[in-house]
Amino acid sequence: MKKLKLVMVGNGMAGVRTLEELLRLAPGLYDITVFGAEPHPNYNRILLSPVLAGEQTLDEIILNPLSWYDAHGITLHLGCPVTHIDRVRREVVAADGTTAPYDRLLIATGSTPFVPPVPGKELAGVLAYRDIADTQAMIDAATRYRQAVVIGGGLLGLEAANGLMQRGMQVTVVHLSDTLLERQLDREAGALLRRSLAERGLQFMLGAQTQALLAHDAGPSAGRVRAVQLMDSAGRRVELPADLVVVAAGVRPNTALADAAGLLCQRGIVVTDTLQSVTDPRIYAVGECAAHRGIAYGLVAPLFEQGKVCATHLAQMGIGRYLGSSVSTKLKVTGIDLFSAGDFSGGPGTEEITLSDPHTGVYKKLVIRGDRLVGACLYGDTADGSWYFQLLREGRTIAGIRDQLMFGEAAAGLAQP
Amino acid sequence: MSETRSTCPYCGVGCGVVIEHDGQQITGVRGDPEHPANFGRLCTKGTNLHLTASPVVLQHQRLREPFKRATRGAAPQALTWDDANREIADRLLAIRATHGPEAIGLYISGQLLTEDYHAFNKLARAVIGTPHIDSNSRLCMSSAVVGYKQSLGADAPPCSYEDIEQADCVLVSGANPAWAHPILFRRLEAARAQRPGHKLIVIDPRRTETAELADLHLQIRPGTDVALCHGLLHAMIRRSWTAPSFIEAHTEGFDALKTLVHDWIPARAAQVCGVPESDIWRAAEWFATSPASLSLYCQGLNQSSSGTAKNTALINLHLATGQIGRAGAGPFSLTGQPNAMGGRESGGMATLLPGHRDPARAGDWAEIARLWGVDAADLPGHRGHTAVEMFEAAARGEIKALWIACTNPAQSMPDQALVRAALERCELVILQEAFAHTATARYADYLLPAATWGEKEGTVTNSERRISRVRAAVPPAGQSRADWRIVRDIALRIDAGLGRAPRLAAQTAEALWLEHREATRGRDLDITGLSWATLDRDGPQQWPYVDGATSRLYTSGRFATDTGRARFIARPYQPPAEDTTAQHPFSLTTSRLRDQWHGMSRSGSVPRLFAHQGRPQVRLHPDDAARRELAEGALVQVRSARGELVLPLQLDQNVATACADIPMHWGEEFIGAQRGVNAVTQGAFCPDSKQPELKFSAVAIEPADLPWRLTACAWVAADQGASLRSHLRALMPHFAYAHCLPEPGPDGLVGWCFEAASAQAPAPERVAALVAALGLDQPEVLRYTDAQRGRLRLLRRAAEGGQAAPLQALLRVGPHDEGAWLLDLWRSRQPAASAGRWLLSPSAPPTHMPTASPQVCNCFDVREDAIRLTLSHCSGSPSERLAQLQAEKRCGTQCGSCLPTLRRLVATTPEEVPA
Repeated sequence: MKKLKLVMVGNGMAGVRTLEELLRLAPGLYDITVFGAEPHPNYNRILLSPVLAGEQTLDEIILNPLSWYDAHGITLHLGCPVTHIDRVRREVVAADGTTAPYDRLLIATGSTPFVPPVPGKELAGVLAYRDIADTQAMIDAATRYRQAVVIGGGLLGLEAANGLMQRGMQVTVVHLSDTLLERQLDREAGALLRRSLAERGLQFMLGAQTQALLAHDAGPSAGRVRAVQLMDSAGRRVELPADLVVVAAGVRPNTALADAAGLLCQRGIVVTDTLQSVTDPRIYAVGECAAHRGIAYGLVAPLFEQGKVCATHLAQMGIGRYLGSSVSTKLKVTGIDLFSAGDFSGGPGTEEITLSDPHTGVYKKLVIRGDRLVGACLYGDTADGSWYFQLLREGRTIAGIRDQLMFGEAAAGLAQP
Repeated sequence: MSETRSTCPYCGVGCGVVIEHDGQQITGVRGDPEHPANFGRLCTKGTNLHLTASPVVLQHQRLREPFKRATRGAAPQALTWDDANREIADRLLAIRATHGPEAIGLYISGQLLTEDYHAFNKLARAVIGTPHIDSNSRLCMSSAVVGYKQSLGADAPPCSYEDIEQADCVLVSGANPAWAHPILFRRLEAARAQRPGHKLIVIDPRRTETAELADLHLQIRPGTDVALCHGLLHAMIRRSWTAPSFIEAHTEGFDALKTLVHDWIPARAAQVCGVPESDIWRAAEWFATSPASLSLYCQGLNQSSSGTAKNTALINLHLATGQIGRAGAGPFSLTGQPNAMGGRESGGMATLLPGHRDPARAGDWAEIARLWGVDAADLPGHRGHTAVEMFEAAARGEIKALWIACTNPAQSMPDQALVRAALERCELVILQEAFAHTATARYADYLLPAATWGEKEGTVTNSERRISRVRAAVPPAGQSRADWRIVRDIALRIDAGLGRAPRLAAQTAEALWLEHREATRGRDLDITGLSWATLDRDGPQQWPYVDGATSRLYTSGRFATDTGRARFIARPYQPPAEDTTAQHPFSLTTSRLRDQWHGMSRSGSVPRLFAHQGRPQVRLHPDDAARRELAEGALVQVRSARGELVLPLQLDQNVATACADIPMHWGEEFIGAQRGVNAVTQGAFCPDSKQPELKFSAVAIEPADLPWRLTACAWVAADQGASLRSHLRALMPHFAYAHCLPEPGPDGLVGWCFEAASAQAPAPERVAALVAALGLDQPEVLRYTDAQRGRLRLLRRAAEGGQAAPLQALLRVGPHDEGAWLLDLWRSRQPAASAGRWLLSPSAPPTHMPTASPQVCNCFDVREDAIRLTLSHCSGSPSERLAQLQAEKRCGTQCGSCLPTLRRLVATTPEEVPA
């Protein structure tokens, strides 16, 4: 029987994980072709931060070496972005003219860094932080320059800032909110994080709005960024000297290709519970480019869950349903343990239990609605994070263990009869 | 540095002290080696006396200037002495003019000096003209007074302390000298060590440390003392152990008594008293047949609705066996206050006139009128209200003004509901006090600051009729003044207001004493041979003193009655005024702690004195508790027909079943929102002595349903303690149960611990107030909060010490005793970090934290756990092991108050022989 053709656009973690699942479930079902825009085999993007910080090498973060693609008979086009999807002919066209027909198409194009529309964003020395090339550029800059400004105090921005600092740069993080990681941490945990990062040498401008990136007018560095101009929290205009500006102001799902192909995109390619696009059931989407029930996930765990379901469907088993994920966060900065999951910010209808031990730098907040744990924010001691995450995902009642909940699974076990 | 000799202001033993000072500040105290009461020894309380005069206490706990309240409940406003004296005199004159002199009552104290007593007595009876003057000695000694007078003809304890050394048999009845009169107990212990065959019999419903030393402990049912004495006398008569020739020659009334006790066969007495019959026979034999038998007794006999009968029933035994008037023999009443005796001598009580005169006798009034130089018609001429009667009269509205001095009736009087109703109803309440924060202070319209120990001149008389000089070492704190002077200054204004010559005009304490001395001329207590110069030259002297001191009375067999014969008093046994019932099944007694005294206004100012047994508790036998499923430490409600209070439960084998015991000391100053132990006690009193029955109340004890607990404590610099305490105390009324106690700390630190319980979670604003008061609103605080469940835990470590830093402050709110171990951690000042994550956990650490073991030796700060550890490697006989322990830890080598405990620990801690 003639094999079905599966084409995958994107060679990142979500897509390749889907292939791995698929190969395990239905080896030989498909002829597989993969297009990757980067010139690298699948690597662990999450570990770019340790690479930047000098704690790991690029080689160490490769997940699937070229030999893996060979071994599974996958046709791999690296450095070869796809430019067009022809849904009528059921083929994709790459920038170099390569075309590949498909019976099933898997879009896993991930996301694109968002760069705010400020004057000077195109200057030399202004980078986003997304891939190996960005990472390498930052590593190079760190050998030649002294002052770095990271715009964005989210996960990626802090990891970039920490990495640059590890490489010897003086780094200031400029953040719009007055709390670091405000989407992952409450104010108190954010303050603890800021304190411990500050103790390591990072500087912060919180509540600050970037207004422009300023260039050297003349000299050998003409055209390269020299400063970040911003409005500080008190409304004063401040110029921060910067030889390197890393913009980490968030990402946008990379849906340009899908959009052009007429697939419904609303903050991501809209997919069903089987990860098929709602517009064309032959086309699947997983990862950061997909919008499931209105959510485009940016963290690896949900993407892997998506890949698993998608693989069962591609394998024609049709049994899996993806119902969405609860997400939890960790920061990849060595020595800083933080964890957050669910609705950690609380609000009406919720109750909070908090614990704070400034001496050991531990802060924990658990958010409860009714008798269910709905959110957790842990700083300094995240040992129980996975247990909370499990309670949260499973929606188990915690009524009987509420008073021990803060003290972890072992304590709660003691409390139960 | 100077030294001033004076006496200790606590119990009636009347020990001599040497005050060390610099003329402005008292810096130390030691026992006076030449004082015949103590020969240099002091008990725990006495040893720490100088701490009651520390700068912090002087500044924060003393009343330092006159105050006045515009209205009840308002904050007191300072005023000058001149204004205070004028206003008080005017108001007393107005009340006197409108309602007559008998609308004014004076309630004074056995802690006043004889000179103060004399001044008050003249103020009441001669200046104001009211008969209503009584003393808190009414709660203490009045049954002994009447007992002596009925049996022996005069209120004169016939014995001396040296009789303790000379007795072959000592009967202690209703007294716990091991704790309440420790120095006498040291003498008793020493005597026993010197006298092989010495017999010690203790009669007490509780197995006290005194009872533990006894050869025979008769653990009688509360209130059955008279039945026991009748049974003992029956046994003595039956076995011919009596002294017929003494009875024949020196007594009267024996036949009537013999008839009465005929029915009291020991088997019946044993049944009524709940003791083995054989013990009655044995006690009777020991007492009657020992060469010299001495009895020592105190509140167990006195504080009773048949207090006088108990006293006379015991004296009957002495008379029947001739155990009186000889060395080592006699009925020896121990007084509870330092100058209860002086008050009796100077007649500062409703039932007494100066010089042991009697207000029931017109002739005695005439003599007083002559002595005082007033017209007899100006004196009231009859006896006035005794303590309980006075407050009853005030509650009825008959007494309009109460002048209270040096005592704290809102803590110490029985039936607090009545006492407080009386204080509230009075138009004018004057409180003359040294300490600012007593429960009574809340009710006062005028607060007059009185000088106190170390600041006063005068005399006191101790239990053995020994008069000692009290001397001032330093000036009075703030604007405080000697009590007699406060009295005199107002008396002068009253006399002036009445347009007559001053009736109380003495310029010095000595002048007052000389007036008092004159009143003794020709009386049984004649001290006309004595002067302050003699006292200064020869030291303390026993009365009567005409040509010299008298150590023992009635040696000739002639008694102070009209006939010269001692009287047997035949009073039938009467059960206590109320009986236990199904509703109130426990008989509650009140007792004393070793290291506290009275209402704690003085001893409570010394955190060290809380180390031994420093927490309010009601004690119950473990079997009774088990039957009611009450656990150690549980909060229980103690309820009588009159009132109730909530206290933590302490299980105590030494309390008999169906009995309960609460130390008398706890009042609202320490267990706020409540009326102290006397909320439940009764005002029923002895018909003869008018002494109320503080030793017997029928109560129910039930679990208190107060699931919410709050603990707040902090170590602060000593001079911050007062401010923290006032914050904490202000919160007490908001809780169904609360106590606020000091914790002795290392140099310069004092701890305050506030524990409270309530039915509902405490209001957030109260908690917020506490957080601020304890400095727990700072960023470095460890915190656990579950606001919806009302659970909160805040912990702050000391700033210094790093990992070894102890807990500085602690606040926990939550259900029941969860986290109670943190209090021990705070107290112990162990490194907080070692408790790690358990600090915030609802569970206690699996490895038990060091709990604060009770402090046994307060002189050298040795706790029970350390003693037991040491004893585990001490070998030999009990006395050898005790000696090794003392050599190693020094415990019990200074004041000796802990020796009974040490002996018990020796007996109960086996040596651990290495395997």
